Amino acid sequence: MDEVKHLVAIGASAGGIEGVKAIIKALPEDFVSPIVVVLHLSRSKETFLVELLGKGCKLKVKEADNQEALQLATVYVAPRNYHLLLEDDLRFSLSVDDPVNFSRPSVDVFFESAADVMGPRLTGVILSGGNADGAIGLAKIKEMGGTTVVQDPESVRFSAMPEAAIRVTEVDFVLPVEEIAEKLVELSAANYKAGFMDGDRYA
Amino acid sequence: MILEKEEYPARNVKQAMRVREADSMIQSIFSIEVELVVQAIFLRYGYNFRDYSRASVKRRIAARLKKEGLDNMAALQHKILHQPDFFEEIIDDFSINVTEMFRDPEFYLLMREKVFPVLQQRKSLKVWHAGCGSGEEVYSLAIFFYENGMCDNTQFYGTDINNRSLEKAKAGEISIKNLRNYNANYQAAGGNSSLVDYFTLTATMARLNDNIRKNLFFTEHNLVHDQVFGEMDLILCRNVLIYFNEKLQRRVLRLLQKSLRPGGYICLGMKESLYFSPDRDNFEVVDGRVNIFRLKGKVEKDSGHG
Ligand SMILES: C[S@@+](CC[C@H](N)C(=O)[O-])C[C@H]1O[C@@H](n2cnc3c(N)ncnc32)[C@H](O)[C@@H]1O
Repeated sequence: MDEVKHLVAIGASAGGIEGVKAIIKALPEDFVSPIVVVLHLSRSKETFLVELLGKGCKLKVKEADNQEALQLATVYVAPRNYHLLLEDDLRFSLSVDDPVNFSRPSVDVFFESAADVMGPRLTGVILSGGNADGAIGLAKIKEMGGTTVVQDPESVRFSAMPEAAIRVTEVDFVLPVEEIAEKLVELSAANYKAGFMDGDRYA
Repeated sequence: MILEKEEYPARNVKQAMRVREADSMIQSIFSIEVELVVQAIFLRYGYNFRDYSRASVKRRIAARLKKEGLDNMAALQHKILHQPDFFEEIIDDFSINVTEMFRDPEFYLLMREKVFPVLQQRKSLKVWHAGCGSGEEVYSLAIFFYENGMCDNTQFYGTDINNRSLEKAKAGEISIKNLRNYNANYQAAGGNSSLVDYFTLTATMARLNDNIRKNLFFTEHNLVHDQVFGEMDLILCRNVLIYFNEKLQRRVLRLLQKSLRPGGYICLGMKESLYFSPDRDNFEVVDGRVNIFRLKGKVEKDSGHG
């Protein structure tokens, strides 16, 4: 039962931290899918991120470590100044490779690598942000059969990121932030119930 | 074009869950192809990238396919196997040869505070930068050794698998644009003059002055299968282990330990640790935040290296 069957990857930039906080705070204690948060932040805020997100969250929140294996019911935050990637054996790896979209960590980098590993068992979420990072990664998630969620551009402070994502991908769910947690619960439960193993497949 | 709000596809979870034909937990096809290329490289050239972070390798290969305008892995594999020159590019890709001067300034600050006073007691010093890339890290440390009167007693060895990077390292040159950027790092690391003082400028390049450069030696060495590089007082191996899986990290950490004098120091990157080393108890932690460790054991009489 402690097998990771579904992963949630959240990407955000300017104005996105409140959204991330609201979503993970709203997730119930028994939410099993691990969550990976890739946020671009100003230098000053970055060190407090784990603390900030942990406050009031019912799940464990920690920074993703190099070669750390994904655990259930845990929120991982990408460390500052490194790209975060997912290995085939569901461990994290970090890289000091050049910034992508002027960002390190880059949402595209994590989304693309996770999409290749997780295939349909991945849900990608794009929230508020002032640049286009994440759009290509979200497209890759969709291409590999995963599910895509974007915060409604009308309800965000910086709409460039969600708009860019919607432009390149036929996104599955465009939702106001209050409805995202609920959708994640639904998606996680569906993955765990179906498990894609027992023939109970969706058309 | 951005869709109008009413055009956003309204779907339910069932519709959104598209399932691959085969079971989803099997490797992606791309992942299988990458595995085969890594194997082919080993058989053809003897470079073993099998225990490198596969996620980074995948990323670099995907970028390379795009750059070459190739639409399939068979074509890339053919090129790698038949064109040794092209394989050099692949080494460049896999080695993630990204570096900078005074990366992580706080590391240099703590190094000077906690390690320099000990090293200053020794008459002659050997320093090894394992995975030095194009040399910027070696220049950085050598400059601080110079500022503390230790440079002339020290031999700095920089090694890497990437020959192109090593050629750059030997030249001792960086672009003037980079010099400007690195100066901020240098100041943050506690440098007490201006970085430009250590360089001679040409139109576009800045060349490390000979009084420092004469103590630097660069040579090829592969941490995956080459031997001990002996009797070091200080080893820096920064941002190299993060690209290795647990098994390879264990091997390399053993090699580094064997290359140290008792009482010698080893410095890893900010996200690296001795965690995977079965010998970690042989080390004491000098600074756990910037990852400086000291090999326990009696320091030999400070007669230098003979
Ligand atoms: C990200 S760079 C780090 C450079 C420098 N140490 C720094 O921290 O800025 C990684 C370096 O490790 C080198 N490297 C990779 N595999 C290696 C191996 N098996 N043996 C020696 N060097 C290796 C690469 O060629 C590259 O120059």
